[in-house]
Amino acid sequence: MKKRIITGICAVLITALLLVILNGLVVPKYTDNAEGLLTREYYDEAGDHDVIFVGDCEVYESFIPAYLWEKHGISSYVRGNAQQLVWQSYYMLEDTFRYETPKAVVFNVLALKYGEPQSEAYNRMTLDGMKWSQSKIEAIKASMTEDEALIEYMLPMLRFHSRITQLTRDDFKYIFNAKKVSHSGYLMQKGIVPMTSAEEQGRNLRDYTLPQTAMDYLEKMRLLCQENGTELILIKSPTNSWAYWWYEEWDEQVREYSKENGLAYYNFIDDVEEIGIDYNTDTYDAGVHLNVYGAEKMTDYFGKMLKENHGFDEIEHSQAVASAWNARVEEYYKERNE
Amino acid sequence: MLFTSYTFIAFLCVMLAAYFLTPKRAQWITLLVGSYVFYAFAGAWYFVFILFTTVSAYIISRLLHRVKQKEDEYISSVKDTLGKEERKAYRARSKKKRFNILLWGLVLNFGVLAVLKYTAFAVTNANNILALFGKEAISVPSLLLPMGISFYTFQTCGYLIDVYRAKVEPEKNIAKLALFVSFFPQIVQGPISRFGELHEQLVAPHKFDLKNFTFGVQRILWGFFKKLVIADRVLVAMNTMLDAPENYKGAYVLLLVILYSIQIYADFTGGIDITIGIAEAMGIRLAENFDRPFSSKSTKEYWRRWHITMGSWFRDYIFVPISVTRPMLRLNKALTPKCGRLVASKVVAYTARTVTWLATGIWHGAGWNFIVWGLLNCLVIIVSESFEPLYKKFHDKFPRLTSSSAYGVFMSVRTFLLMSVIRSLDCYRNVPLTFSMWASMLTFKGIGDIFSGGALELGLGVSDFLIIFIAIAVVFVVSKISDIREKLYQRPVLSAALCVTLFISIIMFGAYSVGYDASQFIYNQF
Amino acid sequence: METVIKMLKELHPDVDFESADGLIDDGILDSLDIVSLVAEIDSEFGIVVPAEEIVPENFNSATALFKLIERLDEE
Repeated sequence: MKKRIITGICAVLITALLLVILNGLVVPKYTDNAEGLLTREYYDEAGDHDVIFVGDCEVYESFIPAYLWEKHGISSYVRGNAQQLVWQSYYMLEDTFRYETPKAVVFNVLALKYGEPQSEAYNRMTLDGMKWSQSKIEAIKASMTEDEALIEYMLPMLRFHSRITQLTRDDFKYIFNAKKVSHSGYLMQKGIVPMTSAEEQGRNLRDYTLPQTAMDYLEKMRLLCQENGTELILIKSPTNSWAYWWYEEWDEQVREYSKENGLAYYNFIDDVEEIGIDYNTDTYDAGVHLNVYGAEKMTDYFGKMLKENHGFDEIEHSQAVASAWNARVEEYYKERNE
Repeated sequence: MLFTSYTFIAFLCVMLAAYFLTPKRAQWITLLVGSYVFYAFAGAWYFVFILFTTVSAYIISRLLHRVKQKEDEYISSVKDTLGKEERKAYRARSKKKRFNILLWGLVLNFGVLAVLKYTAFAVTNANNILALFGKEAISVPSLLLPMGISFYTFQTCGYLIDVYRAKVEPEKNIAKLALFVSFFPQIVQGPISRFGELHEQLVAPHKFDLKNFTFGVQRILWGFFKKLVIADRVLVAMNTMLDAPENYKGAYVLLLVILYSIQIYADFTGGIDITIGIAEAMGIRLAENFDRPFSSKSTKEYWRRWHITMGSWFRDYIFVPISVTRPMLRLNKALTPKCGRLVASKVVAYTARTVTWLATGIWHGAGWNFIVWGLLNCLVIIVSESFEPLYKKFHDKFPRLTSSSAYGVFMSVRTFLLMSVIRSLDCYRNVPLTFSMWASMLTFKGIGDIFSGGALELGLGVSDFLIIFIAIAVVFVVSKISDIREKLYQRPVLSAALCVTLFISIIMFGAYSVGYDASQFIYNQF
Repeated sequence: METVIKMLKELHPDVDFESADGLIDDGILDSLDIVSLVAEIDSEFGIVVPAEEIVPENFNSATALFKLIERLDEE
């Protein structure tokens, strides 16, 4: 009897071990598509940031923390992901406040257009990298599309097990550690593809009201920042292509909301010239997103604004923080000038 | 709640824990509550029907019992004074009375089943006839079929008949009867249990027993393996072919027919393994429903080994009663002088058999395909029975050939193919289409196609076929080892190793959480 | 008893019914034989075998069958 019980316990332990290994093998490694790795990189640098950017691709392709440090001495991190929905940004912020209390949080408003869960793939890329916490569970619950299940997030192999027949060398190489892809959340794009269809605008919509769910989470985000004594700054990145069009009507609603609640809201779409962005050289995908050259201009411009309007002109950092940032700046230039 | 859903697995874990944590005397109450919770997941509205069956069965069984008691009391009180003939007459009268009560029970319960299950089918067919006369069609009602109604109705009616036949003592406690009707592991797909075999076990207390529990869990895992690794994977290819049958003719039909046999075997026996395993873990032994059916050498044998509890239900409650009813006896008597006793008995037996198979077909579903399926099975059995003397002669003539194991394999393969082809009726679910597919199958067109890459365009890749093949081989080997679990129990380390392997295989090679396409995660930038 | 044996012999002349005790379990009698037997018992003894008595135990041997007939006659 005793032997049986010991055998049973051993079997359970071995099973658990095997599951951990197999899970490591089958989860996607995103080596061809770095966007799936952004969320997890935050935890290596968490703590002591002056500014946290949250939002979708328009933040992680527009703001370069290393550059912001170099030019303005402001430390920051971008917690953005492809199609990061408002509630995902909210829970990401909740998660962030567990590690640090930044002076300001900058939220890019484009995601306010979505009031419903959108795509499993984006959910996975945004959420899988989060450390486990109540915030992550809530984020998953709010984001799941119809056929998804919470347990498949807890044990990702339940979802990805069929990759066992399609494993590549990378799956073994990155079994327990992911490749580092970003510079403090900024994903570098060096290509240049000029914008060709500047005249094209977004299609007419039936209803221009921003979804209530999205606005509710914006409100929650505001309250969360208020509680922590952090300023919430709303922005709309300067890019405005027909594929992700920012409508006047939406802008008005956000403007009104910001006015009501005394928040700063900057829509950079009309400031393109002032910022100095040239859509012939500063975009890598014909105007949808900025490339590194455009992002530098944007970052510099925004850094000035932070200093002028939001009291970032007199911040000080310890020697250790400064040297860590200088190393990041070096790393940044290494990739940029490669 | 599907067996293969996360919800069910969670439910099962809670249920098993609750069962053994409940004080022994109340264990059956835990089971009843669990069964009703399980049932509630399907829809609260369905409770009306299962409660109706429970209450009506309770009342009818009590009535039957009372009449029987009175009868026995009377007979024993007048034993010495009443003559044999008078006693017999009294018994006959009482039996008639009981029969009428039983009839009420059967009509009520089968009536509900019939109305829910067959109204749409009947109306559709009536409309077809009306259309012939240019009359307007009646709208086809859409009635929801309560979960497991075919199974629990049959199980409960079997109970009523057993009470009528005085084979079992009826249950006095309606809640206990409710458990027999609704026992959760078997309500969705059987096996159809007999009251005499199951009921005592359900209400009896069960101590946690490591051996039972291990066996139960093993069996559950085995069921999941068959269902998830084999059945659900094969299903992908089948669905491709069934979505556009016109594109998959000739040899593809044969492929489909064989794949369906593999799929339904793995799915059905796997499901029953889970059911039996759950019960076993709690110390309850359910009737086996399969006995290596694909090794059968004849259709008749096949039906003794496939879906056994259903076959025996139809035998005991339909075939036998019909073949010994008075009209049948009279028919037999009338025919005997004219055409001999053998032929007369054949007429009777074949009539009863045809009715039985017709009922079996209808029970499977409301559709002509099921009716034709039932009748074809019946035809095959009758024909092969009629040829039996011929076979016997053949066997006597070539004893060396016919007793060789190769001949045995030949007979098994023949039976397998025959049954598989007939079964494909419920694949296409359309009788004329099925017949035309069978005709095209005989041309074997496109067989080269299948082997030169066609098979890989059905939604399954090389690795899928490999997994299916290996899994089938494993199932085959396991089926060949008798008493495998007892043998393994003597070797706990090996047994544990196999269980771990089985569990990991299910997780890694199960075709669950489908719809996941690796390519959707490899895409270009937002 | 002799009548019972005779009835059985008519169906399967080559079986030794006096000693055989697994007529159903060994597959000697099939459903067709049962139908014949029930009809025969009806015409020979005037006894109708009810459906519930048609179980293997009652048909496995000539003795069992004979006992069944006796019992049905007694009731």
